[in-house]
Amino acid sequence: MQNSQSDTGLPIIEFSDFSFKYRAQQEPTLQHINLKVRKGEKILITGPSGCGKSTIVHCINGLIPEALPGEMSGKLSVCGLSPEDAGIFGMSRHVGTVLQDTDGQFIGLTVAEDLAFSLENDNQPQEELFRKVDEVAHIVGMEHFLKHAPSELSGGQKQRVSMGGVLVDDVEILLFDEPLANLDPATGKTTVDLIDRICREQDKTVIIIEHRLEDVLYRDVDRIVVMNEGKIIADETPDELLCSDILAETGVREPLYVTAIKHAGCRIRPEDHPQHIESMNIEPYRQKVRRWFEETKIPKKENSNPYALQIEHVSYSYQQGEPVLSDISFHVRKGEMMAVVGKNGAGKSTLSSLVCGFLTPDKGRILLNGENIAPLSIKERGEKIGMVMQSPNQMISKPMISEEVGLGLAVRGVSQEEITERVNRVLTICGLYPMRNWPVSALSFGQKKRVSIASILVMDPEILILDEPTAGQDFRHYTEIMEFLKKLNTDMGLTILMITHDMHLMLEYTDRAVVLAEGRLLADDTPARILTDEVTADKACLKKTSLYDLAGKCGIPEPDEFVNRFIGYERMQREAER
Amino acid sequence: MTKLLSYTDKGTWIHRLSGSTKLIFFLLWCVTSAMTYDTRILLIMIAVTVILFALSKTEWRQISAVFKIVMFFMILNVVAIFIISPYQGCSIYGSKTILTPFLPGHAVTREELFYLFNVVIKYFTVTPAIFIFLVTTDPSEFAASMNTIGIPYTVAYSVAIALRYIPDVQGDYRRIRNAQQARGIEMSKKAKLSERIKRTSSIIFPLLFSAMEKINIVSNAMELRGFGKKKKRSWYAYRKFQAADYIVLIISGAFCVWALWFTFRDGSRFWNPWG
Repeated sequence: MQNSQSDTGLPIIEFSDFSFKYRAQQEPTLQHINLKVRKGEKILITGPSGCGKSTIVHCINGLIPEALPGEMSGKLSVCGLSPEDAGIFGMSRHVGTVLQDTDGQFIGLTVAEDLAFSLENDNQPQEELFRKVDEVAHIVGMEHFLKHAPSELSGGQKQRVSMGGVLVDDVEILLFDEPLANLDPATGKTTVDLIDRICREQDKTVIIIEHRLEDVLYRDVDRIVVMNEGKIIADETPDELLCSDILAETGVREPLYVTAIKHAGCRIRPEDHPQHIESMNIEPYRQKVRRWFEETKIPKKENSNPYALQIEHVSYSYQQGEPVLSDISFHVRKGEMMAVVGKNGAGKSTLSSLVCGFLTPDKGRILLNGENIAPLSIKERGEKIGMVMQSPNQMISKPMISEEVGLGLAVRGVSQEEITERVNRVLTICGLYPMRNWPVSALSFGQKKRVSIASILVMDPEILILDEPTAGQDFRHYTEIMEFLKKLNTDMGLTILMITHDMHLMLEYTDRAVVLAEGRLLADDTPARILTDEVTADKACLKKTSLYDLAGKCGIPEPDEFVNRFIGYERMQREAER
Repeated sequence: MTKLLSYTDKGTWIHRLSGSTKLIFFLLWCVTSAMTYDTRILLIMIAVTVILFALSKTEWRQISAVFKIVMFFMILNVVAIFIISPYQGCSIYGSKTILTPFLPGHAVTREELFYLFNVVIKYFTVTPAIFIFLVTTDPSEFAASMNTIGIPYTVAYSVAIALRYIPDVQGDYRRIRNAQQARGIEMSKKAKLSERIKRTSSIIFPLLFSAMEKINIVSNAMELRGFGKKKKRSWYAYRKFQAADYIVLIISGAFCVWALWFTFRDGSRFWNPWG
């Protein structure tokens, strides 16, 4: 690992003074890139959204310039070819790409057909298809699912199929574009493990694009390349990079234990191998971390408001005998900001559908401000409980921003004057007022998200339910959206319920989390306690936070309190910034 | 969710037949049924479809909803024929035996009833055949066999991929409709029809945007894996012609020829039981 930078062998990928500008854009997305990747290396490219990291992937696999045209200069060679000349098909023999959207990438009607897709296009004889599909299915561990349709698979399984689908080609280079974006933490961990195994056993060169750094570093990578604004600003080993402040400065989240050690006032040295908390030499930092723990005081806050929402013994099943939710009970107090967590398929979305009235519980009842909401229609509930969907594209139906935001009022027959007044007020809160007359299509994803939140807020709901509010967002946009929600929570006293599998989100922004696993309520506790309890974390497919390990290694007896103080400290810092 | 008219593998010999065999059988069956008005032939065909229906283990719940729709149109068709040309049967069979005077100019005749009976049983020869074809043919295998009988693979594959993404689009549709309903856009029967049509746009546009987003990803993903690279492609799901396929084709071909010969040997496609 240490000698990966030495000059043995020719680079399999080489960018020299490479620049690229998309046709529709003013500024070049990649500027004077110099990057060499050697055969068998495993490289992580990270950086904030729009830094050009996905563009690098598209240059390597030939989508640029064939499918995504633009101007380029400088030189790029991949496996001795120029992707520009070889085209997408020419590159597909050497480079396999696993896209972020595992659903969109699943083309076949069954697992076997999807694995065979690329071989079919190569017109290989059927016996060959059978043989290779079996072989690859075995590598990615999907051999028992060959006849399954995509709808019968979990996100992690679909991703395994995507990986298998590019492995059948016996490519030399594997590109992973944000492989962890849609996965729960535990599945993410197995994915990282599988990528690592494939890289070593099949002798592939691997490039991973990801901003969830800590999760990727679960297994060794040779180098981390940090990009910002189209340039490479660091190209170092993980141990070196984690000791610098480059990550924090570019808005990429460092591993939490690294941040914690830095909070304690330590300067981390590469020779202590900070890449993994398990194998890191903690000795030089132990005293300072302990002192920091003892000295950090965080204000305690108690919420004793009346209940806004009460879920009482709720059960639901789509098909008789297969309950999706069984006997779920919990309460949400007014002004609380809390999370409903659990892996995909644990029943989180079903729960929100029951609250909104899209589904009716088989058993149990749901109370809003102490009153049973069973008699209320979807529309009536919608005035009190606002539901924001994961993708703003699933909500936005009007071309203009102000029209979209006012839609809910317009269909309720509110007067035009009042609509304008309320829409303007909400747009001001959401920081969208200057853009009120813009077409929606001119907005960025994060801004669209705010439009979709604004279009719910305009109805003055008491409770806001958000489905994966930060899915697919980088750290900067994540912070932007979450700070905005926090502001709504503190300034307007809005009760916020977030459905998520993002552990950072629940740690940093909620005071309480409800954990669902296989349709049952597993825990109702502070995020710090949930993420330091191995059994709960395991069952819910969450991952025990690395802060827990740090606390253990430093000999701090109350890991959950350590996590608590870390979060409290970070919150105070953020508030100071505001 | 009920899987309406979708392929379910029940492992019968009909399921194991190649998709092309079933397609050709189905086409021959339709041609025969469309050409002949010979009641005897039609009754034989009904008997055969009922047997095939049972052999393919097709269940009533797989087809009941669509079957009801077809029945509705059949009744509409029969009523329309009677209203528009109440004496069609008389001119066909060359006699007029009034059973009961019904409305002025619309007396019920024996000939018209017999003609309508023939129309009805034609429906019953074709409809079950469609159902059997749909529920016993694996869509990807079907795409493969379309390709092997000469349809370009890009066209054949688009059928398979449409089937692949239909459940996704349905899911999107449900989620979007729910969210818009919560915002107060009433899509249920409570709202006026005109309002509902106008408000459909609030579902259609998000659905289109989501679909377009998806199409972009899917087409990139397909190209990255070499779709369209070569003039020909092979198929994982392709099923080679077996003896059973040849037998079925020969029998259905022979039946079709015989049925048409039997029908047309007296120069008319109608069979006149009184003549």
